[in-house]
Amino acid sequence: MVTTYIPNSLAEALMIKDSDHDVTILAGGTDLMVRYHSGQGLLPEIRKPVLFIGQLAALQQIEKIEKTLYIGAACRLRDVLQHPHVPEILKKAIREMASPAVRNSGTIGGNICNASPAGDTLPPLYVLGASVLIKNLTQSRELSINNFILGPGKVDLRPNELLFSITIPLYEHNVLFYKKVGARKADAISKLSFAGLAKTSGQILKDVKIAFGAVAPRVVRSPELEGLIIGKNISELKGLFPKISKGYAALLQPIDDQRSTIQYRTTVSLNLLEHFLTECCKPKTEAEH
Amino acid sequence: MEEKIEFLLNGKQVSLTVSPLTRLVDVLRENFGLTGVKEGCGEGECGACSVLVGGKLVNSCLTPLGIVNQTSIITIEGFRETARYKVLADAFAQAGAVQCGYCTPGMLMAAEALLQSNSLPKEQEIREALSGNLCRCTGYSMIIEAILLAAKEGEGLW
Repeated sequence: MVTTYIPNSLAEALMIKDSDHDVTILAGGTDLMVRYHSGQGLLPEIRKPVLFIGQLAALQQIEKIEKTLYIGAACRLRDVLQHPHVPEILKKAIREMASPAVRNSGTIGGNICNASPAGDTLPPLYVLGASVLIKNLTQSRELSINNFILGPGKVDLRPNELLFSITIPLYEHNVLFYKKVGARKADAISKLSFAGLAKTSGQILKDVKIAFGAVAPRVVRSPELEGLIIGKNISELKGLFPKISKGYAALLQPIDDQRSTIQYRTTVSLNLLEHFLTECCKPKTEAEH
Repeated sequence: MEEKIEFLLNGKQVSLTVSPLTRLVDVLRENFGLTGVKEGCGEGECGACSVLVGGKLVNSCLTPLGIVNQTSIITIEGFRETARYKVLADAFAQAGAVQCGYCTPGMLMAAEALLQSNSLPKEQEIREALSGNLCRCTGYSMIIEAILLAAKEGEGLW
């Protein structure tokens, strides 16, 4: 039987992580209990010691301070969904994740640290310019989400560290588009997903952020390609579509698997991109979150 | 290693000393004989194992016992004793929402979870609330009708 730790405080949890680098972190358990599922009447086949963190109040706070939102890593997806200050694009992704029951247990930190190429909270977090706050017993450090996620299943967490919270700067946008493509409306792993945010002011595209999920080992976002259209007049945008599309096509690295094909993923991703850019071209009224 | 885990189960205080990784579905079925909680998939996809923990719907097959320490758990056996259940059960019977019955306890728990927070749901809201519960027999329509009916008949209860 493996060792389990159920600390009463964050400090205790950090002490345990500091002294036992080999522990597996369990927050909601909705990924681990599936990955290590053995069978009826059996314990999950987790071989390493398990550190339970889902009970720690310090990791479940959601707080807005001026123009910044802080979401505790062990916040249940359901709580993130219900909080009034969480940006709509992240809520849109969460609404389509798993099922109500899984959202009641699963955590945003778990989805991030699982670092699945198809992780559904990730494309919205990338376009929101989110960063993560990581703690060990004595120090904290902050990383942007794209630097935190290293590859499938890998994040930049040192053996004595825990993901503490997610920081989201709150900007105004007046174009928002999120699309998850999956085999069914719930309990589906994404074949691909798209998240786009933009801000237009009068005729000028002031800002744009685009991310694709499940079509590469990590979320695809390119500030370089975004830079090609930021500052442009929306009347000029249509002419730039082919160039932007070609740019992203070169960055997508979809695979053939049991869910979908390279061709489907590429075609639909670029269709969604064009849809989003078309939305950006339409004159708007006021900016919203 | 084993830990003492305590919780309220259908209103009764219970305590077990087991590995905190023990699945809640196994504890409910094997330790407490609550076989109304079914295991359909063991992976949190079918909802047959649904119970309420702290009033919230969870898949007990995915819930390690360590997570439910000091919580209140309601299974279909506990819910069965309530007036709300009676209204739902009558509605399910009337609407023909039960065929083999295997998904039914989970569906009822999901319905209760919905009605607790939304006492007069629209069809789309019911579909969304049941999106984690699979049924291989009915095609879902009768289950949704049953919940619409229960919400109407049970006005004031939720």
